Amino acid sequence: MIEVESLTKRYGRTTAVDGVTFRVERGEILGFLGPNGAGKTTTMRILTCYLPPTEGTARVAGYDVFAQPMDVKKRVGYLPEAPPLYPDMSVRDYLDFCAKIKGVSPKGRQVAVNDAIEKCRVGDVRTTLIGKLSKGYRQRVGLAQAILHNPDVLIMDEPTAGLDPKQIIETRELIRGLGGSHTIILSTHILPEVSMTCGRVVIINKGRVVAEDTPENLTHRLKGSGTLRLEVRGPEAEVVSILKAVPGVLTVHARGGHEGVVFVDVEAEAGKDVRADLAWSVVTKGHGLLGLQQMGMSLEEIFLQLTTTDSSEAAPAA
Amino acid sequence: MTAFSNVAAIVQKEWRHYFGSPIAWVGLFVWTMLFGIFYYFALTFFLEQSMRMAQQGMEFGGGGPKLSINEYMIRPLFHNMAVVALFIAPMLTMRLFAEEKRQGTIELLATSPVSDGQVVIGKFLAAAGLYLLMILAGLVNVALMWTYASSPPEWKPILTGTVGIFLLGSCFLAMGTFVSTLTRNQIVAGILAFCLFLGMWTLGWADDPMAGPVAKAVGYLGVTTHLEDLVKGVVDLKDLVFYLSVIVFGLFLAHQSVESQRWRA
Repeated sequence: MIEVESLTKRYGRTTAVDGVTFRVERGEILGFLGPNGAGKTTTMRILTCYLPPTEGTARVAGYDVFAQPMDVKKRVGYLPEAPPLYPDMSVRDYLDFCAKIKGVSPKGRQVAVNDAIEKCRVGDVRTTLIGKLSKGYRQRVGLAQAILHNPDVLIMDEPTAGLDPKQIIETRELIRGLGGSHTIILSTHILPEVSMTCGRVVIINKGRVVAEDTPENLTHRLKGSGTLRLEVRGPEAEVVSILKAVPGVLTVHARGGHEGVVFVDVEAEAGKDVRADLAWSVVTKGHGLLGLQQMGMSLEEIFLQLTTTDSSEAAPAA
Repeated sequence: MTAFSNVAAIVQKEWRHYFGSPIAWVGLFVWTMLFGIFYYFALTFFLEQSMRMAQQGMEFGGGGPKLSINEYMIRPLFHNMAVVALFIAPMLTMRLFAEEKRQGTIELLATSPVSDGQVVIGKFLAAAGLYLLMILAGLVNVALMWTYASSPPEWKPILTGTVGIFLLGSCFLAMGTFVSTLTRNQIVAGILAFCLFLGMWTLGWADDPMAGPVAKAVGYLGVTTHLEDLVKGVVDLKDLVFYLSVIVFGLFLAHQSVESQRWRA
């Protein structure tokens, strides 16, 4: 549905987007992660035909953003970081105007507008001037504008920014509900949101893609099976030496504890599942194994690791 | 036709902005008030002149020449209104694009299936429509003359004069639309537009029957030069062509400006 190939955007001497390549299949929800200034918004603006690319190609629903922008625009709904609202129009008038310029047929316009109003729960304020609405309502009106013409593709730049927790949950549900029938790209800083709504994630840093995969795969790839945390009743030094002796164990760190119970973090070789061996070794030496937990690398850690590494270090291959 | 409905949607939206804010109301008020004031002065002047002519006529025996209302009243009125148009046009156009840029709504227009040309034309038509409304409101004064004048004025010069004033103002509006695309700041847009209009106006001062060919050529480019004939009731194709050319040129510049900003954004 969306194919981006070696997309590059330069402003004078700055390169905002540098050879970005990724695909989004029909019905997928793709998460776009990256620190501020990484190039997420620029990439989205290119996909929505707001800006032309300097190099590379982007195709949306089979149409090229450079050669066939009108066809692309008809099929894309875009919610920018700051929703493009007219403060002196009422919600209904605004959505009516948007329906007209997005090519909704005159017959279906009323229905489309009412539908969008309902879906985004702005029915209460349909006659209120947009300038008088709270941030949460404005965000939802912006979302309504994006889904109004029932586009194949939705591109959303931080759709839950500024919403209260209840509204965030509602919006995420709405987005999840839209996936499947719509193809969605959403950018966000809220990492748990990505795991919750997105099937796949693209991490961008300094204009380049540094990772593209499902959240789970990324966790596995980046740190093997992750750290194991054990809770053992027994003397610390002895427990540590027992665990060190288990084949496949790389490092053992004691993390404190209380009353004869010690917490130990164990890192094993990538791909090796040493849990059974660890448990066996502890129990057979007569100590109490109170807990054994896999600490997967959280998305936060992945994100930070990928985006704060020195640019001279090689990024993991996508 | 989607193109037409897109333009119509934009016109409607702009009118909503104009009339939902003080702009349209203040514009209408100022225009009709000034028109009324000039009308009053013109009428007073005309009456004085008529009386004087009548007195002179009596001294020399027989009735004096009747002054033409058209020549002595309507024509100066139109010229004065052209000056008012010069001042009001920047105010109508300064917000057209500058406000969209400042509000961030240009992103909505740029990512919707409307072409830049449709947006430019829509905004221009909205401004021109409001301007036309102002002219018509002012003309209500003129209509009174049919009721009260003993010999009513000729209506053809009034009609052509109205067309002339409308076209002259539209030239300003088209150029003003272009200027509005250049900046996010409405005030800057307004000032720049006014300076541009002044330039367009003063070019006409070079026009002089005694002047050489270069001066005449420069004078031809002045917007007021082409109003002369129209106000007299003479419809010369070259005047219409001039005005339409300037309007198209202004809109063309506006379109190019909007497009080029995508590349530089």
